[in-house]
Amino acid sequence: MSPEMIRLIANSTGETLYMVGVSALIATIFGLPLGVFLATSGKGELFAAPWVNRILGVIVNATRSTPFIILVVAIIPLTRLIAGTSIGTNAAIVPLTIAAAPFIARLIEGAIREVDQGLVEAARAFGASPLQIVLKVLIPEALPGVVLGLTLAIVSLLGFSAMVGAVGGGGLGDLGIRYGYQRFMPEMMLAVVVVLIVLVQAVQSIGDRLARRLNKRIRHV
Amino acid sequence: MNAPLGYLGDQPAQRLIPAEPLVRLEKISKTFPGRDGQPVTALREIDLAVPQGSILGVIGRSGAGKSTLIRLVNGLEKPTTGKVIVDGADIAALPESALRHARRSIGMIFQHFNLLSSRTAADNIALPLEVAGYDKATIKARVEELLALVGLSDKRNRYPSELSGGQKQRVGIARALATKPKVLLSDEATSALDPETTRSILDLLARINDELGLTILLITHEMAVIRNIAREVAVIEGGRIVEQGDVFEVFTRPQHEVTRSFLGDEAGRVLPPYVQNRLQAEPTPNSQTVIRIGFRGPHATDPVLARLARDEGIEANILSGAVDEIAGRPFGTLVVSVPEAASLKTLDFLNKHGLDTEVLGHVA
Repeated sequence: MSPEMIRLIANSTGETLYMVGVSALIATIFGLPLGVFLATSGKGELFAAPWVNRILGVIVNATRSTPFIILVVAIIPLTRLIAGTSIGTNAAIVPLTIAAAPFIARLIEGAIREVDQGLVEAARAFGASPLQIVLKVLIPEALPGVVLGLTLAIVSLLGFSAMVGAVGGGGLGDLGIRYGYQRFMPEMMLAVVVVLIVLVQAVQSIGDRLARRLNKRIRHV
Repeated sequence: MNAPLGYLGDQPAQRLIPAEPLVRLEKISKTFPGRDGQPVTALREIDLAVPQGSILGVIGRSGAGKSTLIRLVNGLEKPTTGKVIVDGADIAALPESALRHARRSIGMIFQHFNLLSSRTAADNIALPLEVAGYDKATIKARVEELLALVGLSDKRNRYPSELSGGQKQRVGIARALATKPKVLLSDEATSALDPETTRSILDLLARINDELGLTILLITHEMAVIRNIAREVAVIEGGRIVEQGDVFEVFTRPQHEVTRSFLGDEAGRVLPPYVQNRLQAEPTPNSQTVIRIGFRGPHATDPVLARLARDEGIEANILSGAVDEIAGRPFGTLVVSVPEAASLKTLDFLNKHGLDTEVLGHVA
């Protein structure tokens, strides 16, 4: 493998990590409160607002059911508005974030809903406000599940990031298509796949380990 | 609303009985919207008063409405009609923020403990204090005090998953006492525990009642809980209170069929099958009359059958019996049979000696 190739792979890996990292961060900032709200705004729940809950649910489902490659193209005007351009790594962050936020919201909703309702009842009984219940009971208790959800979201984002190469987003997917496929360089394709596998493995095992450490429901010996 | 710290120990238990009960339910009814549109009535016309410093137990089968009843007291449920007065305030009418404040003076413990798995024993106990906005030093001192009270000082840094059921309930009790409540609500607090652990938790509750003068309202389906710590009891069935009063009075002279059914499993109340099967309502020639005798309080240990034989010449067959304790007072039950001809004389003799009698039937 030539130094030139190694440089290309290193650059593309950096671009991928940048895109995935920034979009995961922004998507979490939006997805976390959205997920908490979805989990607590149903009928008879802490922030009961069944209609808002239903409407947000429909929007989240609509975003999640749009194939990513179509979402990328469909929101080009929005991408241009936010990033100033529709081409390049920064531009790719917009559709990645928009695809990941509702996904993260659903994963966090699921983790929050796993928390025993008895804890909410106990917290209400000793005089906690709904916000205190979210911050001091629901989120800490759901944390292992939230971490596993975010891990899954980051792994999915690694996959999605390969597709933004189609709109000049750069990154490992782009490298694999342009060199590996279009220039008939199977060793480049292989290298890209290997790097992606290593990245996914690393993210997954860090996430698993962190979730395990946070989970106090299991006895650690 | 929050009493000053240092209330453990330095305040003598209230021995006077104030006129106003701490918790009072007035004409409470509660109706839930049913699944099929038919409303379900959980509670009807409930009147209940818990005197200051007392332990009142509500006993009922599952579905009798006792869970709803206890949740009305801290406003987790709102009554459809009626008033819930706790320490002078109408809980059902309080706005949400005032209700949250009022809940700090109403502690609650649960069947499944409801501890945060992500917090240690000490941090679980600290949670109500954090929520109430106390500073760190105050919280730390108060948590130490509470850990000592429930005997878990050496487990302060353990997570709930590392504690036994009884230890978890002790943490639950400490947490419920953190904000110095005036009343403690116990929702089937021992139902998930084995008999021995149940006993130790009940002892702890009795001690807290005694030392801190804390009023306790508990719900249970276990006769043992009522018998061991309650002073007053209300029997609930189908959303109504069918019988209430002093524990010893209610359970030694049960008026309602449900009350008797709770006593049914108690020793001495069950007839041996060979008697049960032959029991008939009307006497026949040479039949024997089966009489249940209740010995209460000072009479519980009287050798009354010996006297019956000596003074009246009537020999009674003992069919079953036991001497037990309810609310700290001895109570005995004896089922005997005497010849039908001597039955009136026997009943007369027993009643004259201050014993309760009940004719169960006749056997040939």
